[in-house]
Amino acid sequence: MIQVRNLIKKYGDFEAVKDISFDVEEGEIFAFLGPNGAGKTTTIKILTTLLKPTSGSVMLDGLDPTVAHNEARKRFGIVFQDPSTDDELTAYENMDFHGVLYHVPRKVRVERIESLLKLFELWDRRDDPVKQFSGGMKRRLEIARGLLHTPKIVFLDEPTIGLDPQTRNQLWTHVKKLNQEERVTVFLTTHYMEEAERVAQRIAIIDHGKIVAQGSAAELKERTGAESLEQAFLALTGTTIRSEEATSIDQMRNMARAFRGNPNRGKR
Amino acid sequence: MNAIYIMWLRAVKRYVRSKPRIIAALGQPLLFLLALGFGFGPIFQRAGQGNYIQFLAPGVIAMTILFTAIFSGIELIWDRQFGFLKETLVAPVPRIYVMIGRTLGGATVAMIQGLIVVVICLIAGFRVTNYSLLPVAVLVMILVAIMFTALGTAVASVLSDFQGFQLIMNFLVMPIFFLSGALFPLTNLPKLLDIIARIDPLSYGVDGLRVALIGVARFGVTVDLAVLSIIAAALLIAGSYLFSRIQL
Repeated sequence: MIQVRNLIKKYGDFEAVKDISFDVEEGEIFAFLGPNGAGKTTTIKILTTLLKPTSGSVMLDGLDPTVAHNEARKRFGIVFQDPSTDDELTAYENMDFHGVLYHVPRKVRVERIESLLKLFELWDRRDDPVKQFSGGMKRRLEIARGLLHTPKIVFLDEPTIGLDPQTRNQLWTHVKKLNQEERVTVFLTTHYMEEAERVAQRIAIIDHGKIVAQGSAAELKERTGAESLEQAFLALTGTTIRSEEATSIDQMRNMARAFRGNPNRGKR
Repeated sequence: MNAIYIMWLRAVKRYVRSKPRIIAALGQPLLFLLALGFGFGPIFQRAGQGNYIQFLAPGVIAMTILFTAIFSGIELIWDRQFGFLKETLVAPVPRIYVMIGRTLGGATVAMIQGLIVVVICLIAGFRVTNYSLLPVAVLVMILVAIMFTALGTAVASVLSDFQGFQLIMNFLVMPIFFLSGALFPLTNLPKLLDIIARIDPLSYGVDGLRVALIGVARFGVTVDLAVLSIIAAALLIAGSYLFSRIQL
């Protein structure tokens, strides 16, 4: 379903993704794990037509997203790592907007918005502008929205950051159900190893732009002689903490936050 | 088509809901109208040019549309910063629809602001000489609104943050406004200023409004409408192209 071959992405001199190759089969739940700045989000951005690769090839359901943008975009849904809702619109309007952009027929849209907002316990607040929501509620809305249409592939880029255990549980139960009942292929990234172990059939570990290991959780543990996936992860990627440069966008967000005097605004 | 409509609807909803923005955006034209209009009025009259409020009002209306439209286009940078842009860029609709929807939404907002300023001008003592030409005035306003929203979008497509914003204001938007003849007649200008005023697309917008509202022409309404249409179309195409190339 997803094919990546010799993918390279450079930003100036910096190589964010260094010649990676992997496959994700149809109907599989695939976890892409790695420390901060390892190249996970860059890879997802290339797969979802937001970035062009420097070289190498990617295929989504037999389509090249760098050429057949629109056809490729019809195949996937995505929950972003960063906020991507419109704060001035209400929760319901954000959902409805998404449904229209993704060509979900009105009747189905109305039904699904209601069931998803109820599932993620936002239904009572559906007519409130998103700017009044807490960080966790915004996150839940992002997830509900990402699941509104039923694509062939779902990308979940660190979907559970800032979520309580209850919501995490709801999310993964729902994702597993989609995977089993509708054969949706899932490509996820997370920093919670137990989540990856719980839902993913296959795992790839990326570090410094390179894939350092691939296989099931059991295989990775066996290979490193570790007891848990977390230990296997640390054995493969080391224990140093990665520094990440703040991008101009992050700086801008901080400035905007300072201006508005609301520390929660734009919080991830 | 639905994508264009929903992008348009979003822009309009955002506008209607931000009351402070509506009021703030009306402060500037009001100030120009009162301070310049009544301040320079006597001098203008003595120079034999007639009533300055009559002359200035079309310029202030054009200014309102220019600023609102450019800002609506530049709002794209906010969407980029706060992440909403991603949502529209991965959607399975051609980016040109997204761009057109945004532009029409921004242009609608600029039109509404422009029409509010028309009313303010009327209250301040401005008199339309020939009401049958009102549709022409509206057409000019629409073209100016589309043209500058597209310009704002085009500029915002290549900027990743607000660092370059002052540059755009001081070297693009302000010159477009001040050199358009919105505040003074474009007759007997020094050669250089005359050339710049002829290149400035807003000059044709201001002129079109003066023809329609007070029956005074410099280029003539046919030239005005032709120039405005061509430049609006060109900027829409350029804006769509730059927007479709955005990477995040």
